Amino acid sequence: MRGSRPPRSTRGRAVCMTNCPTLIVTVGLPARGKTYISKKLTRYLNWIGVPTKEFNVGQYRRECLKIYKSFEFFRPDNEEGLKIRRQCATAALNDVRQYLSVEGGQVAVFDATNTTRERRGLILKFAEQNGFKVFFVESVCEDADVIAQNIVHVKLGNPDYIHCNTEEAVEDFMKRIKCYESSYQSLDEVLDRDLSYIKIMDVGRRYLVNRVLDHIQSRIVYYLMNIHITPRSIYLCRHGESDLNIKGRIGGDSGLSARGKEFAKSLRKFIQEQNIKDLKVWTSQMKRTIQTAECLGVPYEQWKSLNEIDAGVCEEMMYEEIQEHYPLEFALRDQDKYRYRYPKGESYEDLVQRLEPVIMELERQENVLVICHQAVMRCLLAYFLDKPAEELPYLNCSLHTVLKLTPIAYGCKVESVFLGVDAVNTHRDKPENVNVQRSTEDALQTVPAHF
Amino acid sequence: MIVLVGLPARGKTYISKKLTRYLNWIGVTTKVFNVGQYRRDATRSYNSYEFFRPDNTEAMKIRKACAIAALKDVCDYFTRAQGQVVVFDATNSTTERRELILSFAKDNGYKVFFVESICDDPEIIAENIKQVKLSSPDYANCDKEEAVADFLKRIDCYKLTYVPLDDSKDRNLSYIKIFDVGSRYLVNRVQDHIQSRIVYYLMNIHVTPRSIYLSRHGESELNLLGRIGGDSGLSPRGTKFACALGTYMRGQCISDLKVWTSHMKRTIQTAESLGVQYEQWKALNEIDAGVCEELTYEEIQDNYPEEFALRDQDKYRYRYPKGESYEDLVQRLEPVIMELERQENVLVICHQAVMRCLLAYFLDKSAEELPYLKCPLHTVLKLTPVAYGCKVESVFLNIEAVNTHRDKPVNVDVDRDPEDALRTVPDHS
Repeated sequence: MRGSRPPRSTRGRAVCMTNCPTLIVTVGLPARGKTYISKKLTRYLNWIGVPTKEFNVGQYRRECLKIYKSFEFFRPDNEEGLKIRRQCATAALNDVRQYLSVEGGQVAVFDATNTTRERRGLILKFAEQNGFKVFFVESVCEDADVIAQNIVHVKLGNPDYIHCNTEEAVEDFMKRIKCYESSYQSLDEVLDRDLSYIKIMDVGRRYLVNRVLDHIQSRIVYYLMNIHITPRSIYLCRHGESDLNIKGRIGGDSGLSARGKEFAKSLRKFIQEQNIKDLKVWTSQMKRTIQTAECLGVPYEQWKSLNEIDAGVCEEMMYEEIQEHYPLEFALRDQDKYRYRYPKGESYEDLVQRLEPVIMELERQENVLVICHQAVMRCLLAYFLDKPAEELPYLNCSLHTVLKLTPIAYGCKVESVFLGVDAVNTHRDKPENVNVQRSTEDALQTVPAHF
Repeated sequence: MIVLVGLPARGKTYISKKLTRYLNWIGVTTKVFNVGQYRRDATRSYNSYEFFRPDNTEAMKIRKACAIAALKDVCDYFTRAQGQVVVFDATNSTTERRELILSFAKDNGYKVFFVESICDDPEIIAENIKQVKLSSPDYANCDKEEAVADFLKRIDCYKLTYVPLDDSKDRNLSYIKIFDVGSRYLVNRVQDHIQSRIVYYLMNIHVTPRSIYLSRHGESELNLLGRIGGDSGLSPRGTKFACALGTYMRGQCISDLKVWTSHMKRTIQTAESLGVQYEQWKALNEIDAGVCEELTYEEIQDNYPEEFALRDQDKYRYRYPKGESYEDLVQRLEPVIMELERQENVLVICHQAVMRCLLAYFLDKSAEELPYLKCPLHTVLKLTPVAYGCKVESVFLNIEAVNTHRDKPVNVDVDRDPEDALRTVPDHS
């Protein structure tokens, strides 16, 4: 909520235009999850269509130094070290300026410890000079277990410790943290009351949110408050093969074919063997996903937002028919499959927008099996695997194959399990010729076989 | 159970009512239980702030009894009325009172989420008292100055025993602390989806004065033909309306007006006429009538008489084959409402079913009433938040248009005559 008076002018700064770029600045001691948050947030923002890039100052330092010797580099009395670190921060900020002011980026995530008020002051000045809004994300954690876990999962595999054994690495890293502790100035309720920030405490148990200025900051806060790091797996698969699949027709609302029903049974067996704790099962509101879930014999939740992409006038047509009746549309789709919207239908871009609440709830949940559709699954997969808009509509999501996604370190491990029941191929690659004048043969070059 | 915490005049009832309105609109059955109301019913007439003195043992007994009576009704609401969420609106300013509630909730298996409002800005509190306390039944027979003086003394009574939620002692409770009308928030242990949505909503609402203008596109070609849906352009009268809309909006002299349209021609053409920047939202597109797109009601009766009747039986939940229901519409409009809450002055140019959904949110209309709300063409609704609700001004811009409102017919039986089915269809070409 905002007050009934106009906002106080903050230190006489110029008022930002509504659409000015945003600089997200992480704050926190090492091993507090800053890079994890930076990467995840960047992935989410890009997926919902906000061009975002992260800038990891540690990376700049590694490139500058070439060889990491020990924690001594980070000692607060190491003049040489301080000089290099300041240079790296400046270099990173320059690249941020390039990205936001020249390359058309909307959000930049400045990932570094930024633990002193002085360093943050420098960044605020830089942002003000360039017309960027600043939003701080501070991660505060004193739980020794969590920090230890962190070090094991991401620091040990870090280029800095490539030539060390585990014990040496952990010891050095703990000393590195100590170097920052003495000068750490956490965001303060009083001193920093005019700044916009979220303070995340104890991996999300508590949050302090101050002065959210606009829509994107509000969405970022909502996202950060919904993610967690409890180990879990997300299972993605399509409905079993359907009657329309066999005929090579897109969309529609048909039931499962005989093989599709076989798949549903195999899925049931697979799920039982996985022995998953508290598994949630989600389907769309279309017959083929519901029939697949019915076979599992467990409660499931239907989401209208998981329905397949609406192909509008092309619903239930074969590609051959689309080429015959709408050759222009067919070519336009091949030219920009992500943004192309079927007449009276949807685009992949529309799909991402309607799937956002599904992703948000998937972030909140733990073990979930999502039984959905080809285009929908491509969108969800692109979110988890950080695939750009160009690749998304061509991701391979075959029938009768379960993808098991398990978050690890900064990314997601994927295991692809084909459940041994044959099905038609429904994947149509981008043809070579996407020209609107192309021949029928060229247009239909990549259409998969069907009855 | 959402439990409010805070001194008087901190916006607890405002938050309670607004949150309840939002939750009901998105389909979560919610009810407010205002303990002050129980107290008014129990004591019949309010004398003075002395009732609230912490050493007034007689009054303390009554107040505790009221809280317990309210809790009993909460129980009834959950079990008998199948309610999903209860908003317990009272000061709940002592640890003891909160313990009582937590105990009650534990015994009954209810989750508790506290919402505390903290504010020490004397201007905001004064504004608050002026807007909602002076018109309270408690002060019906007082003059303004007396009322304000008495109320401030009432607040002082609470201050003596007020114990805010504590970072350390209450670390295992789930709560949000709202500071200074939203400049800062502290969120602790959000347990589930609904609590997460509540937090998101509370963090997006504000009390800055503003107005929201809702209007449909100008009359369209398909409107004239009595056909539903489609994506036609404006009729000549529709174009005239667009001009009139521009004149009207300029006359409102609003700084920083945002204009939103759908992705459909008729709203875009209407906005184009205004000569200002506008933002297109696909979520504002008209309800998808599926197989009935671009048909007249007569044709729907002819081709799909059963569907037509089913729709009349439950217009809110009915989904056109291959289309949408009003219920679906509400779900896709939720992000629009959330952004409207964040914004200040906005003009939304949309469609009949969409406008009904948005209006139902602002005016707290039930699912039964929503699909029959009157949203005629060429009429702008100006909504201004006031006290606990919304003031509506309806402005007809004086350009004639067809009527597109079809009332619920008397006979909704699937076996009815076409005549009965078409009785309430408005005239068209």
